Amino acid sequence: MTIPWLTVLGVVPLLGALVVALLPRTRPTAAGESAGALPKQVALGISLVVLALTAYVALQYDVDGGMQFTEQYRWITAFGAYYAVGLDGLGLVLVVLTAILTPVVILASWNDADFGRWSVNSFFAWMLALEGLSIGVFIATDVFLFYVLFEATLVPIYFLIGGFGGVRRSYAATKFLLYSLFGGLLMLASVIGLYVVSSDAETGPTYLLSELSQLPIDETTGRWLFLGFFIAFAIKAPMWPVHTWLPDAASEGTPGTSVLLVSVLDKIGTFAMIRFCLGIFPEASVWATPVVVTLAIVSIIYGALLAIGQNDIRRLIAYTSVSHFGFIVLGIFVMNSQGLVGSTLYMFNHGLSTAALFLVTGFLISRHGSKLISDYSGVEKAAPVLAGVFLLAGLSSLSLPGLSPFVSEFLVIVGTFNYSVIAGVLAATGVVWAAIYILLMYQRTMTGPTPVTLSSTPDLDVREIVALAPVLLLIVVLGLFPKPALDVINPAVATTLEQVGTTDPEPAVPASAVEGAQE
Amino acid sequence: MVLAAEIQAPSIGYSNLSPLLIVASVALLGVVVEGFAPRHLRYPIQTVLSIVGLVVAFVATIMVAGRLPEVGGGAARGVVEAEGAIAVDGPSIFIWGLLLVLSLLGVLTFAERRLEAGVTAFAGQASALPGTEAEREASTKGLEHTEVFPLMLFAVAGMMLFAASNDLLTMFVALEVLSLPLYLLCGLARRRRLLSQEAAMKYFLLGAYSSAFFVFGIALLYGFSGSMSLAGIDTAIASRTSGDALLLTGIGMVAVGLLFKIGAAPFHAWTPDVYQGAPTAVTGFMAACTKIAAFGALLRLFYVGLGGVTWDWQPMIWVVAILTMAIGSVLALTQTDMKRLLAYSSIAHAGFILVGFVGAQSVAQAGDGITSLQAVLFYLVTYGYTTLGAFALVTVVRDSAGEATHLSRWAGLGKSSPLVAGVMALFMLAFLGLPLTSGFTGKWAVFTAAWSGGAEALVVIGVLASVVTAFVYIRVIVLMFFSDPVGDGPTVVAPSVLTVIAVAVGVVATVVLGVLPDPVLNLARDAGEFIR
Repeated sequence: MTIPWLTVLGVVPLLGALVVALLPRTRPTAAGESAGALPKQVALGISLVVLALTAYVALQYDVDGGMQFTEQYRWITAFGAYYAVGLDGLGLVLVVLTAILTPVVILASWNDADFGRWSVNSFFAWMLALEGLSIGVFIATDVFLFYVLFEATLVPIYFLIGGFGGVRRSYAATKFLLYSLFGGLLMLASVIGLYVVSSDAETGPTYLLSELSQLPIDETTGRWLFLGFFIAFAIKAPMWPVHTWLPDAASEGTPGTSVLLVSVLDKIGTFAMIRFCLGIFPEASVWATPVVVTLAIVSIIYGALLAIGQNDIRRLIAYTSVSHFGFIVLGIFVMNSQGLVGSTLYMFNHGLSTAALFLVTGFLISRHGSKLISDYSGVEKAAPVLAGVFLLAGLSSLSLPGLSPFVSEFLVIVGTFNYSVIAGVLAATGVVWAAIYILLMYQRTMTGPTPVTLSSTPDLDVREIVALAPVLLLIVVLGLFPKPALDVINPAVATTLEQVGTTDPEPAVPASAVEGAQE
Repeated sequence: MVLAAEIQAPSIGYSNLSPLLIVASVALLGVVVEGFAPRHLRYPIQTVLSIVGLVVAFVATIMVAGRLPEVGGGAARGVVEAEGAIAVDGPSIFIWGLLLVLSLLGVLTFAERRLEAGVTAFAGQASALPGTEAEREASTKGLEHTEVFPLMLFAVAGMMLFAASNDLLTMFVALEVLSLPLYLLCGLARRRRLLSQEAAMKYFLLGAYSSAFFVFGIALLYGFSGSMSLAGIDTAIASRTSGDALLLTGIGMVAVGLLFKIGAAPFHAWTPDVYQGAPTAVTGFMAACTKIAAFGALLRLFYVGLGGVTWDWQPMIWVVAILTMAIGSVLALTQTDMKRLLAYSSIAHAGFILVGFVGAQSVAQAGDGITSLQAVLFYLVTYGYTTLGAFALVTVVRDSAGEATHLSRWAGLGKSSPLVAGVMALFMLAFLGLPLTSGFTGKWAVFTAAWSGGAEALVVIGVLASVVTAFVYIRVIVLMFFSDPVGDGPTVVAPSVLTVIAVAVGVVATVVLGVLPDPVLNLARDAGEFIR
């Protein structure tokens, strides 16, 4: 009997969550003391086991093998729903990202939950539950299963934000949940529509991605259903103008929560655009391209401009993410291989760079309790390692060549130029804005005179460095040598583009490409 | 009718009607017990008698289900008994089984005594005026009204008959049999008696009013078709040449009576007051079971008797469904009392079920897909368990004045009683329709049936209404988990095993029907169509 690796990957963290939740409750007895370490150690151990399992699966993965490790069982016959999972290049990239970031976040959040509303156990249990459900989302190859897991991820993150965040956590958590439910319920209408379409077709009621992608859907129906899916994913991603929940949620949660939210959960939105919007509704996706590209460019510029104006470090990072998600969506909807490969890689790289940025600023904020840029100055003299890591994370966020986000951002911009020169020029300005908001933040917090209050800022300790090291290492390594990631992504992108039915324009004659894409 | 023609002598079909007859006989037996058993023995006798009676009736239901003959080439199963008055078919059996199980849980909550320190939650002596010496005397003596058990069984018998009645007259009798005991039960609360009596009065007056509409509608339909039986009306509709006015007015008036029982807008006004005033155990029973029986009757009447004029009543149901969802979800937002909030939420859910009803997808039309009847039956299962569980849970959150139903009293419950708050949160998420709970699969089923029946726009409206209800349920969760308790905060009184079972069954059903709904969905599909 073969081991169902993907199911194991999803189930291990969920069981781990249960174990952590059932461990004896620990609470710190006095201020300044840290809570018992058992739940944290168990959670970290389980997340490392998941990482090891993921590494094994990734090594077994055949880059040209298409969808693999597939499992398929009937689940709800009356609904045509299957328990169907499988892994392709796109899914693998995001599963790996999730598996890497979860232990990093658990280690980085070691003491963050000590004085939360609830016990330390629940904090780490929700994190593991979130990891399991997220992996489930990335491996689901059945629309119904995907929808169920997509909605289920809301519960852990809701309680993570609401239970362990800042002062306005309740507001932020509720806002996040209501936005997401709104999108999710719109998507439910489309999911139901898919059922009806498929039950009228020869296949009979089915939610299998493999069958739905072959389904003839008439033009009008397809466009309506596409809209339901796309709006849900746009809220998730988040794109302008439905992004407003993100700054609140990302700034009120603990740094670890924000990392999981922005680096992993929000990727579900862009992941699902490729997997479901392009996969099931290729015609409607091409039809929507002009609007989506416009919205994406607005997101890039709007997010960046607002980031420049922020005084709250966490909100600033949240707005940079809005801008970066604009790039990802742009790359997806320019419908050529450079854009799509760039976007897929961007998801991974953005996950890393944002995680580094959230965590290192989280460490800074935890030292002085203020999230405001204006409260800091000259920290680099007191805490040089912290400042150095901050600079590296910031430079990766602004896509400095040599660091991994550069590769992906470059590919997206190239893809955009192939689609339309104007769009390409506008998107390229994002690079300039990014330099402004990152460097300004660095300059205002790290350089300059060090006030007395900040002069004794402790530098990063061993735990913090160990948590950040793998992320920073990956940023540098993938920046210099992105080939392994690209090898995984390329075949998956080729398959998707085949479904959409677009072919790459000849790079040598961009003029014809513009015409071709504008038909 | 085919079968009836072959039968020579008047036949009742006792064996196929046995579940109904058992419940009714046990209710009568309960009345006898009230008359002859000594006071201190009545509670245990009545409790055991009701539970045993319902279990036996349930077993009988399963046995009847096993021997129902197929009719119409396998699309339906069943026989028409009692000279054409009662249709014992798949949907009837399904609804009977569901009603019996939920009533059994209802009996458990009725029999709960630990929460009120040794007595049930019903008035010690209903005839003693509130605030008088007589009332104080009754409560010091520890008097109880054990008549609630036979009353409830009469209501159950009425509900079973209501969902299975094959002619309009039987339907009306059943409507009264189920309603009268409920009117009485609503007024029997031990605490806040004036509120309870007011609720009973309102329910009775409005109920009587809607019954009058129903009877008038019956008269008009009879005037149109010359028949009381649903099949007769269907035949008359198929061969009609004129008389639309009688028919349409009749449909409208009959619908008023049924929609009132369901709690659909604009006939919903009684729901919040009655749900709030009635003893919570009665509210839970009523919210779950009345709705099930009434939807059973509604579907039978409209699909069987009025199936020929689907195009005429569909627009009306469209409007009612939209109104019901809108009013239920929007007004639920403004509620500050847990029981009223659940009442408005039940109105919204009635709207969702109407969405499933409106598509009118028969087996022939749906093919492999989901039929409207299947979807509605399934939704009723999911809704029934969750509702009963939620109301049972409301009874355990208390302060010195009895149940603490004001929402502010629920603030911070997550900290003091994580288990109660957690279970309530689960029920709220189920009402909201979050995946992996029964609320989601139920909603999926009714919306799909509606979409297949060409009501895409209604599905979109239903989805938007769900978004509004999300605010309602999330507010409760926020209150329980993210707010700090006001004052002393509420206390959770540990209930006896009876209430615990009711809540536990609710939790299990909510989760199982959310994760593995296939068996129940198949059961609902195997129930087949209504026979005539």
